[in-house]
Amino acid sequence: MYVAVKGGERAIAASHAVLAEIRRGDPAVPVLAVEQIEQQLGHAVDRVMAEGALYDRTLAALAIKQAQGDLQEAAFLLRAYRTTLPRFCASLPIDTARMTIARRISATYKDLPGGQILGPTYDYTHRLLDAALLEDTPVPPAPRADEPADPAMPRVTALLDQEGLIRRESGDGDADPPDLTRDPIAFPAARPLRLQNLARGDEGFVLALGYSTQRGYGGTHPFVGEIRFGTVAVEITPEELGFAIEIGDIAVTECQTVNQFGGSRTEKPQFTRGYGLAFGHNERKAMGMALVDRALMSRELGEDVTAPAQDEEFVLSHSDNVEASGFVQHLKLPHYVDFQSELELIRRLRAEAEERAAGPTREAAE
Amino acid sequence: MTTLAPGFVDPPRGAQAAFRRLLEAMARPGTVTVLDAPPAPLPLAPAAGAIALTLCDADTPVWLDAALGAPEVTGWLRFHTGCRIVAAPEHAAFAFAADPAALPLDRLPAGSDEFPDRSATAVLQVAGLDEGVSLRLAGPGIDTEATLRARGLPPGFVAWRAANHARYPRGVDVILVAGVSLAALPRSTSVAEG
Amino acid sequence: MHTSAKIRDRQAWMGVLARADRATLEQALEALDPAPTWTRLRAPETGMVMVRGRAGGDGAQFNLGEMTVTRCAVRLACGAIGHAYVAGRDQRKAELVAVLDALLQAGPHAASLRAGLIAAEAARQQARREDALRRAAATRVDFFSMVRMG
Repeated sequence: MYVAVKGGERAIAASHAVLAEIRRGDPAVPVLAVEQIEQQLGHAVDRVMAEGALYDRTLAALAIKQAQGDLQEAAFLLRAYRTTLPRFCASLPIDTARMTIARRISATYKDLPGGQILGPTYDYTHRLLDAALLEDTPVPPAPRADEPADPAMPRVTALLDQEGLIRRESGDGDADPPDLTRDPIAFPAARPLRLQNLARGDEGFVLALGYSTQRGYGGTHPFVGEIRFGTVAVEITPEELGFAIEIGDIAVTECQTVNQFGGSRTEKPQFTRGYGLAFGHNERKAMGMALVDRALMSRELGEDVTAPAQDEEFVLSHSDNVEASGFVQHLKLPHYVDFQSELELIRRLRAEAEERAAGPTREAAE
Repeated sequence: MTTLAPGFVDPPRGAQAAFRRLLEAMARPGTVTVLDAPPAPLPLAPAAGAIALTLCDADTPVWLDAALGAPEVTGWLRFHTGCRIVAAPEHAAFAFAADPAALPLDRLPAGSDEFPDRSATAVLQVAGLDEGVSLRLAGPGIDTEATLRARGLPPGFVAWRAANHARYPRGVDVILVAGVSLAALPRSTSVAEG
Repeated sequence: MHTSAKIRDRQAWMGVLARADRATLEQALEALDPAPTWTRLRAPETGMVMVRGRAGGDGAQFNLGEMTVTRCAVRLACGAIGHAYVAGRDQRKAELVAVLDALLQAGPHAASLRAGLIAAEAARQQARREDALRRAAATRVDFFSMVRMG
């Protein structure tokens, strides 16, 4: 039960003003431009788009500025903005095989067609803070090879498929997938819903669950079959045209894990797969998602469900940080009357307990 | 495509204004409201068209009677709202009828006990409001009793309303439309003749 | 489904237009003489497209997340109808793309726009793509490069 809080209007207006003042910071310091965030804090933009579940780099950058860098708050802003826009249609499924590759690596095959393309990654940096970034040090252009990277790069999963050793993707490739932003998720949840849930889920939560599968909480020994990062074209088929058109490109990160599977009562020994896909460049998220995706397949593979990462209801009900934050932080709302009742109850129970304790001695005294 | 008529001049504002009026009409059942509706392809009435532009989209399956099945109407609806047009009233979220007698009201979804909102709204085009048969209305949003007159209601409408009302909270909501005017009869309103 | 050459052409130029800068499109339109006039069939409107992925990259479809997109439909004075669906929220750009789509389908400016604006923009976009792929290729690991010893 909530108590209406009156007389707070002036305090709230003042609070907004304090927020704006603190957000601006020292006026002598140049104000942060949204395009600076968009250009130079790309990973923050990527994360906000992924968890806000809305791909728009400028809006995400604006949300980050408005939230003073609180990325979950920024995701919340994007989610709220999203409710004001009509949805025209769904795209054709993006074809990551036709990605304009910026980075592509495999931990299972050293010498694969197309090669290991490192691209922009922190993986080989030494994690030493760089004082040069305290100044506006000019950045020389990166080298270009004589030949562009081969745009046709077969999937690692296809290579394994040639030997028939990897579990094929099941399910109807053409069916319209369910949408958890339209109908609440019910359990057991089909794989398309699990993937949608994980894709917009909190990176930390998904990462931790993925980590848990590596530490023995369920899970099998995973290999990274392939990670790709780059841009893909987005196509739609507007009804008034009757043919597909490209509306632009988006950056995505894709992770395919390959997991050992000794077989079960129902399935023969083969490699099983995990899949992660995230807006922007986010390998941590895509990898965590792939590990959890695989863990959540236990039911379908006839494996025993023993660990949190395999518990579909646990994972999918708590992955959304906007939801989680909302419910946790709602505790800040006035619960005065609730608490008063609790207080009264505790006092009464205490009094009764003390009376019971005093009772026998009183009798003895009489 | 060459004869495609436009929708709201300013879609967000147009839809907002229409939504507000419709909300008021639902909140005060029986009051006749005028919508600022753009011309709609015949035989779709302008108010019915405005309701479609405001409430229908890709997630609301729409059922149309034979008269409204004309390509000018379906093309206009699909272009401006992206709605899916269904053949069976059982699958509809919105049902539009230029000939109210042609709409099998009994076949429209009435929701479930757990989700009474998963029901249809029937938009019936009548010959006129403020004329014709007189209906006595009572229920939420009405101070004791209200009167609504409508000419061209389908036969058995009052009997159907009684059965519909008895299923509350399940049921079908009705909007009566004539030209640019409308009156709403949500499921919570009891309707009697006189 | 077999698409005709005419449709493939239109698909190609619509993709090129969607990726062009607004300024480039404005200039191309301004350069046209006589200046085209049009009415709006559907005013520029910003909405969303739900982007879909496939499980495993090639399996069942799932909803990944939405992206902003702006659409517009116009009718030129001559009756030609142009459409635009452009990633992002630029309403003016969407209207320009719709007008150019109409102009490219038929009429006095179709050929010159194709040879001019579309050809130039397509080449520019291709060059940018190639530069990105060249930059990526420079980071390819060459496991077998020999280093001269001694």
